[in-house]
Amino acid sequence: MRILKSRAARVITAAVAVGLVATGCSSERGEGGDKAGAKDTFVFAGAGDPGSLDPALASDGETFRVTRQAFEALLEHEPGGSKLVGGLAEKWSSDPAGKVWTFNLRQGVKFHDGEAFNADAVCANYNHWFNWKGTYQSSAVSYYWQTIMGGFAKNEDPEAPKANFKSCTAKDENTAVIEVNEPSANLPGGFSLQALAIHSPKALKEYEKQDATAKGDAITYPKYSQEAGTVAGTGPYKITKWNKGNKEVSLEAFDGYWGEKAKVKNLVFRTIDTEDGRRQALQAGDIDGYDLVAPADVKTLEGEGYQVPTRDVFNIFYVGMSQEVNPALKKPEVRQAITHAIDRENLVKTQLPEGGKAATQFMPDTVAGFSDKVKTYPFDTNKAKELLKAAGEEKLTVEFCYPTEVTRPYMPAPQDMFELMKADLEKAGITVKPKAMKWAPDYLDATEAGSCALHMLGWTGDFNDGFNFIGTWFAGYDKQWGFKDQKVFDAVNAASKVTDPAGRVDAYKAANDAIMAYAPGVPISSSPPAIAFGKNVNPPKVSPLTQENFAEVSFK
Amino acid sequence: MLRLVVRRLLQLIPTLLGLSVLLFLWLNRLPGGPASAILGERATEAEVARINRALGLDQPVYVQYWRFLKRIVELDLGTSTQTGQPVWDEFALRFPATVELSIAAILIAVVVGIPLGYLAAKRRGGWLDVASVSGSLLGICIPVFFLALLLKGVFAVQLQWFPSYGRLSTGLNATDVTGFAVLDGLLTGEFDASWDAIMHLILPAVALASIPLAVIVRMTRASVLEVLGEDYVRTAESKGLEKRVVRGRHVLRNAMLPVITAVGLLTGSLLSGAVLTESVFSFGGIGSFIRTSIDARDYPVLVGFILFIAMVYVLINLLVDLAYSIIDPRVRVH
Repeated sequence: MRILKSRAARVITAAVAVGLVATGCSSERGEGGDKAGAKDTFVFAGAGDPGSLDPALASDGETFRVTRQAFEALLEHEPGGSKLVGGLAEKWSSDPAGKVWTFNLRQGVKFHDGEAFNADAVCANYNHWFNWKGTYQSSAVSYYWQTIMGGFAKNEDPEAPKANFKSCTAKDENTAVIEVNEPSANLPGGFSLQALAIHSPKALKEYEKQDATAKGDAITYPKYSQEAGTVAGTGPYKITKWNKGNKEVSLEAFDGYWGEKAKVKNLVFRTIDTEDGRRQALQAGDIDGYDLVAPADVKTLEGEGYQVPTRDVFNIFYVGMSQEVNPALKKPEVRQAITHAIDRENLVKTQLPEGGKAATQFMPDTVAGFSDKVKTYPFDTNKAKELLKAAGEEKLTVEFCYPTEVTRPYMPAPQDMFELMKADLEKAGITVKPKAMKWAPDYLDATEAGSCALHMLGWTGDFNDGFNFIGTWFAGYDKQWGFKDQKVFDAVNAASKVTDPAGRVDAYKAANDAIMAYAPGVPISSSPPAIAFGKNVNPPKVSPLTQENFAEVSFK
Repeated sequence: MLRLVVRRLLQLIPTLLGLSVLLFLWLNRLPGGPASAILGERATEAEVARINRALGLDQPVYVQYWRFLKRIVELDLGTSTQTGQPVWDEFALRFPATVELSIAAILIAVVVGIPLGYLAAKRRGGWLDVASVSGSLLGICIPVFFLALLLKGVFAVQLQWFPSYGRLSTGLNATDVTGFAVLDGLLTGEFDASWDAIMHLILPAVALASIPLAVIVRMTRASVLEVLGEDYVRTAESKGLEKRVVRGRHVLRNAMLPVITAVGLLTGSLLSGAVLTESVFSFGGIGSFIRTSIDARDYPVLVGFILFIAMVYVLINLLVDLAYSIIDPRVRVH
């Protein structure tokens, strides 16, 4: 017994000792052990891991947030705004037909691997993407190339879009000319996309050795895109390590950067996948900033002295109507009645962070082409009742789907927003059958298939062009809406083909007028997404396109 | 002994085969596929169809299953649709974190639980007994998720004694040898990395240990009490055998049999049950990965994971049986 007693005692003593040492040492840490040393390291938390270190293979914000610090595109957006400005091209122009784009490139730019940036490098990139084969042609891999430039030199999938990219020519060392087959609403905005950022030609050669393969029956991303070492851009930071196990991508300031150099030497992006987790990590002092702040946390964090700037609105939240699933929605009076019945101002006031705006059309007022003359449908329950009566739909019943377990920049609290809208609709005499669904993939599948009579969704713009918003939904028949109104489709498509920028803005305004006269759904609001920073941080200019440049960050 | 091992390993084959069929049928009855998870709000019908074609999801279920089975035979679990990397690679990357966390949790549970249960039984009715019985009841009742949030809120956010998330502090350049951060630090002489990893392990491990700890305390206590009342213990004592020998050789040895079974099963359940704890602490193990895989309908990962866990369970059971036969030689005879 004595032995046992002493063993038990030893075990307990050891456990207590570990506990004491742990608490002792950790309080040391809490007082600034590694925090003092962290001054040359800025840690920012996102909600998900990046998918790839080659932005050309990606279509998600978490990837672009990381790669944007290392790769630059021909065009960029002004810091903190959505206006297109020069990036790797100082100046750009197009011919009147919108088919020939000429870029005057910045000089003295070097890639992270020492290669020189010039017109040949630009063309090497565009030709690399245009000549993608096999798995790279899957839209899961090359979504943005296909959205902006259509298909490839040789389309392997008959369903792939027709190629719009024609050629890239290095006219001289500093002039690159990109030609397309047809004018497109996606240009010049598309030239600013991270997915079309310019890589070092030397790195591209390495990329080509490592095909993305369709091993088995799924897409396997090439090795270079999963490990730091090969990828090389021209940005203020270079990617040095991707520690997937620790959910951490490390970047280091690039000494040879052509512009203003990064103020903090090390930049680390870490993944903390819950909102609470990110907030608590900031409060614990483990990170210096994070994105996708829950609107409910904004006031708390501000009260505690953290900086929580909100970005300008660049998104739209709407209630979609699927006319094919509920034929009553084919009647214009019914759609108008629903539009009148929802109290948008109340939603904005109670559900959105400060700076949120009620919407009158399917694009925010920060996008060129926003119209002041659209038909509006102010909140009016009586008017809604009248319209329903006129349509013979006084006893209208609609199924209304809403997503669970999700927060989107345009839709901070889906369930609460749904409840308010449901109450509004019921006041107008509409019976609402709620249907809650898991966001991915159930809800997304259902809305895309047009199987919900009413549903709520939204969109954050990629660049400042109206087509990026209204073209997404109303350029042609889409199951989500289930209608064919040539007037609306023609107006939207006509706008996309106008090459003169001022003319295109007018055409978008006309398209917005046509859409809202038809009232296919209810544009509800635009919401300014918040981003949080520590008390000792000088934050970067926040961007409506969520394109923050972390080279601007410094510590106080 | 060897026969036992071989027989149990052979049992794995029909178990996994049956499970793989059930899993496949179940997953294929779920609505949706990975395409809309990949595309998000941008999904259009045509895009979804193209991605499904590229991923082979437009094929009939039996074709998909057959392909899957063929790959399993080649020990290839396929590619994660979320990350575009082989499932094995993803597991190899993340499993060490979960195993490390589970080992830490089970260590806490065993090292604290067995002595506590033993002492509680020995001093039945005393304050230690009452405290451990009610404490273990609480341990079973409080959801692990809640306890994890509570521990994190108090010890990481408020007191800042422990890090609030992750496996290692930012920027710590630890050499990766085995994937087990604590062990790697010890192997490479980077003791600061080991220490850092331990600091990151403590809160999630304590949270994760709560249920096994409670179970072990209660089982040890009950088992020791039962054995203490056995005739052979009384006989041994009445024969004047030294108390130390009686308690150590007769009581504890016999009382440990059910506890060992429990420890084995608890270890298996920890591996699969770390999902919520890892999420709270963004731990970077298999748990958080499975959570995102469920969201993204990452079928290859889900199927691979469940098969893997099944395999782990069978192997743990085998180990438990082996441990049994060492402690109680009668098992071998039977």
